[in-house]
Amino acid sequence: MFNNFPLWPTNASTIAGDVDALFIFLLVVTGLVSIAIFILILFFAAKYRRRPGIEAEQVEGSTPLEITWSIIPLGVFLVIFAWGAIIYFHERTPAKGATDVYVVAKQWMWKLQHEGGQREINELHIPVGRDVRMIMTSQDVIHSFYVPAFRIKQDVLPGRYSYTWFHATKAGTYHLFCAEYCGTQHSGMIGQVVVMEPSQYESWLSGGTTSGSLAQNGEALFQQLGCTTCHRSDVQGRGPNLIGLFGKTVALEDGRTVTADEDYIRESILNPAAKVVSGFKPIMPTFQSIVSEEQVNQLVAYIKSLSKPATGVAGTPTIGSPQTQPQNPKVQ
Amino acid sequence: MATAITIPAEREHYLNKEHGISSWLLTTDHKRIALLYLLSITFFFFIGGFFALLIRLELLTPAGDLVQADTYNKLFSMHGQVMVFFFLIPSIPAVLGNFLVPLMIGAKDLAFPKINLLSWYLYVIAGIMMLHAMITGGVDTGWTFYTPLSTAFSNTHVIEAGLSIFVAGFSSIFTGLNFVVTIHRMRAPGMTWSRMPLFIWAHYATSIIQLLGTPVLAITLVLVVLERAFHLCIFDSTCGGDPLLFQHLFWFYSHPAVYIMILPSMGVVTEIITCFSRKRVFGYHFIALASISIAVFGFLVWAHHMFVAGMSVYAALAFSLLSYSVAVPSAIKVFNWTATMYKGSISYSTPMLYAFGFIGLFTMGGMTGLFLASLGIDVHVTDTYFVVAHFHYIMVGGAVMGYLGGMHFWWPKISGRMYPEGWGRLAALIVFIGFNLTFFPQFILGYLGMPRRYWQYPPEFQVLNVLSTAGSTILAVGYVLPMVYFLWSMRYGKIASDNPWGAAGLEWKTSSPPTTFNFDETPVVTWEAYNYDEIPTPEEVAVER
Repeated sequence: MFNNFPLWPTNASTIAGDVDALFIFLLVVTGLVSIAIFILILFFAAKYRRRPGIEAEQVEGSTPLEITWSIIPLGVFLVIFAWGAIIYFHERTPAKGATDVYVVAKQWMWKLQHEGGQREINELHIPVGRDVRMIMTSQDVIHSFYVPAFRIKQDVLPGRYSYTWFHATKAGTYHLFCAEYCGTQHSGMIGQVVVMEPSQYESWLSGGTTSGSLAQNGEALFQQLGCTTCHRSDVQGRGPNLIGLFGKTVALEDGRTVTADEDYIRESILNPAAKVVSGFKPIMPTFQSIVSEEQVNQLVAYIKSLSKPATGVAGTPTIGSPQTQPQNPKVQ
Repeated sequence: MATAITIPAEREHYLNKEHGISSWLLTTDHKRIALLYLLSITFFFFIGGFFALLIRLELLTPAGDLVQADTYNKLFSMHGQVMVFFFLIPSIPAVLGNFLVPLMIGAKDLAFPKINLLSWYLYVIAGIMMLHAMITGGVDTGWTFYTPLSTAFSNTHVIEAGLSIFVAGFSSIFTGLNFVVTIHRMRAPGMTWSRMPLFIWAHYATSIIQLLGTPVLAITLVLVVLERAFHLCIFDSTCGGDPLLFQHLFWFYSHPAVYIMILPSMGVVTEIITCFSRKRVFGYHFIALASISIAVFGFLVWAHHMFVAGMSVYAALAFSLLSYSVAVPSAIKVFNWTATMYKGSISYSTPMLYAFGFIGLFTMGGMTGLFLASLGIDVHVTDTYFVVAHFHYIMVGGAVMGYLGGMHFWWPKISGRMYPEGWGRLAALIVFIGFNLTFFPQFILGYLGMPRRYWQYPPEFQVLNVLSTAGSTILAVGYVLPMVYFLWSMRYGKIASDNPWGAAGLEWKTSSPPTTFNFDETPVVTWEAYNYDEIPTPEEVAVER
């Protein structure tokens, strides 16, 4: 029991150091103020303890003093607020070009899939020194993706994507916890994040068997579901052309504009009437009960790949190509 | 002015005026209703405490071995629901507030004595529903009822527990309503707003929250019940609902609810510190204003419970900033209490020890609140034991210390007897030590990353969990002791004089215990609150300590 007894969590991501620095600053500031208050109270309690014949001396309140001890804490609070806000912005803004990992949470397991198609359950292998972004959804209740060593946490909700990202700095194996109470086996919904040196990571990636990358599977599904009938790449179909869509600003029929991110694409598959692109009719049927969360992820990955330069494990998919069988990736 | 005259034995007062069960169950005397509440909330406190001990025993070892996972989930859910809705929220307002608000402002009773009795009956009905839900299998949603777990996935007694809290909410609303009207309309001649004890200001602020916040909780729980029973698609994302909507509605009440628990406690502490320092309170208007600001700003910070829930970054920013605005009035209070002791004549009586404990624990709870309001840190520590430790420092370290301090302070007035002072001080010390040993290790556990509501946990968290469990057994002793000696004192305690502490409030200017209508003649107030320079000391009124 006593041979493994840490008092400070491992620091294994770029953000962890920032969070720890603010935490230590707060410990020092609040610690000093608290100790000052406690010492003052104990000092008063001792110095002015009740003694026969000595009466209390009445002291009038003091407005300048009240204002002083309101303004100074407020100033300190604003510093803490701003510092915390900066870290939060950083935590919520993933770098461009991060490696995506898709996560589907369910009672009570984490299902993860890499861009190359590698699937994992309750285990996530990632390399040191690369930005990794988690694109997460839940099949049932709310869960929360929490890696204490990275100091990141994000609730995972049904019906939408939630995102978080990190940049691991130290190889090792770290806890993955579900931090939002999710029913019977909440405390069993745990796993590990294995951070590897890049070379080891590459060999891990090629070691497993996959049945094609996410985008390739998405492309096959895109064909199979008949999406190509309307979303054509050669001529204007009844639905918008999806090539180059990802990341663009889209004008909607009702005058709003949205950025075409993963959540927008997801919503457009499952609830197409929610955001109709300007110039198109709301004729697309919902795929709500037709595709699973994993299949939505594949479709999203495919549509994203249509906006990427011709590199990466997904190869060069082309929309509306006659090929229906996914190519085998570089490993069988 | 009614002067303090001690009449030996047989004098008629609210306790001996009538006898028999119906004289209690049909009473409209605010003091008797306060005692009915005291019995009922004590009952629920020990039920909730029993659940807490089972939780701590389960967490003694990393493996889930004492109870099943489902049982554990029900234990922490029901611990939370019982302690929040059936103990903490009614605790000070419904017991001490009920007893003291009319006495402190020189009124005969609350404005609506029958509604006051109705409040208690609603509480009892809600309590019976909750007990029934527990006995027939319990509920496992956490006290927070998060959707869609509560609406679509849990197969426990969510509907009955939800409706029980719905009913308890109305009990709370009626109490708040009664206090607001009473404080506005029934103050004795001369009892102007700026002469009211700060205990009354604290209850006024609390009542505003009860009136404005509780209906939102009631509506939210009805929506959960309807969604669960009829699948309304309000919170269900598969048919156009939004689970985050539930969280917004829930915390819109449940964050201010924290102030329903802590504000009355702050009021109690102000009364105690002035009395046992024999000082006018430092910064009367600032403390009164701080109570009102806490009530107002408390409504603007709810989404700080949701920084990782999936809100927009800008919303999170606004709620973080606003959260710090609530911290300022809390800090003002702590500084004013400290300044009140300056040049006082300080006695270390039991209530004062609880007040010291309150300031210490509330300060630590408040300071760690600054950590949680800070976005960057909250992402790491939210939903971990850091949060558990933080809110127990506020709600148990703060609110319960204040409640116990108040119970000791006003026990002579309530019962007409003195509790044993030595045992009182010992219990206060045991509570303080047990509390810190239970909850301080949880701050470290939280920063290490141990999530809350875990039935089993990785072995490296064990040492701190063992310390916490050890502390909880000490804390339990500290809580049982006062109950034992309060009961003992009702028969064997020294007879209390009308004003055993030499305290300043109007409640001390009537007999102990008071008569049914509180004052023989309506008092006329011509002095400021806490005029300790004009009040004879306890020594002068010749009370043996």
